[in-house]
Amino acid sequence: MSKNIKDNQGDVWEVFVQSKPGLPHKHAGSLHATDKEMALQNARDLYTRRNEGTCIWVVPLNAITSSMPEDSESFFDPSDDKAYRHPTHYIMPEGAKHI
Amino acid sequence: MTQQDALINYCLRLGDTSLILGQRMAEWTSNGPTLEEDIALTNISLDLFGQARTFLTYAGEVEGKGRTEDDFAYHRNEREFYNTLLSERPNGHFGDTIARNFLHAAFLYHLYSALTKSKDDKIAALASKSLKEVTYHLRHSSEWIVRLGDGTVESHQKIQDSINDLWMFTGDLFVMNEVDELLIKEGIAANLNEIKKLWDNTVNEVLQRATLKRPIDGFMQKGRLEGRHAECLGHLLAEMQFLPRAYPDATW
Repeated sequence: MSKNIKDNQGDVWEVFVQSKPGLPHKHAGSLHATDKEMALQNARDLYTRRNEGTCIWVVPLNAITSSMPEDSESFFDPSDDKAYRHPTHYIMPEGAKHI
Repeated sequence: MTQQDALINYCLRLGDTSLILGQRMAEWTSNGPTLEEDIALTNISLDLFGQARTFLTYAGEVEGKGRTEDDFAYHRNEREFYNTLLSERPNGHFGDTIARNFLHAAFLYHLYSALTKSKDDKIAALASKSLKEVTYHLRHSSEWIVRLGDGTVESHQKIQDSINDLWMFTGDLFVMNEVDELLIKEGIAANLNEIKKLWDNTVNEVLQRATLKRPIDGFMQKGRLEGRHAECLGHLLAEMQFLPRAYPDATW
């Protein structure tokens, strides 16, 4: 992943849209813009045309630090055999809801 | 003139203005300077068509002769259109379009704001819905005016030229006649003298932010109220109306 994709259309921004108040912002896609106000407007026009959102975040691509494919063994494989980290071993009391 | 006649004419003015500006914006489809801006411009077009449909439909209801939005849009000639002279100006380059949209959105923003208090419930409801859309159109065009004006030497000069060239069409936005007089008395229409003051403030504020000069008022083109338009409207209508006129039974 190149961290500074530049062309004559401005910088690349990543767009995160919140579908309802209280829910997490989810990655929706990316766009080009020359500054943050224009990025916000473009995000509104590109990613909320069909009633998808109640809030938008735009983040310049170069502000995001990503793990790399070659990190995945050391990052993610060690958790494969640690099933005890999942809460499924607990017995739920009867009648408990929303857990 | 009866109140009914006045109301029909008032709805046609609002509907025609959105229709013609919407058609101009539709000309940008696939021609925008960037993918993002292409979608932004055509989104604005769709908002305007939505406004046009509701106001033209309401004109037909008030008239009570069974005319539909399509009858008004496709089966009238230039001299029967009451859109603002500014709305029909050709797109030119991107800066020309932004300048026209900005001057126009500032007008519609204040007009619809005032019409939300109209004593005609339908006009008030349509104005409230349209106001949300026009608020965004004003923001979109204002931000571009600021960036182009306060951008490079070339962009500054080009957007200043665009504003200067369009200025003579701004006087037509605020002209009133007996239709306004009658409907203002009934609390239905907005007084465009009041809208002018608000428009002046908005335009001055954005031009100042953009380091642009407000042109001096000189000769102003007029004609909207009598259906007198520039030649360019005829060409726009020829393209827009071709299909339903050539194939009257076409459905889509």
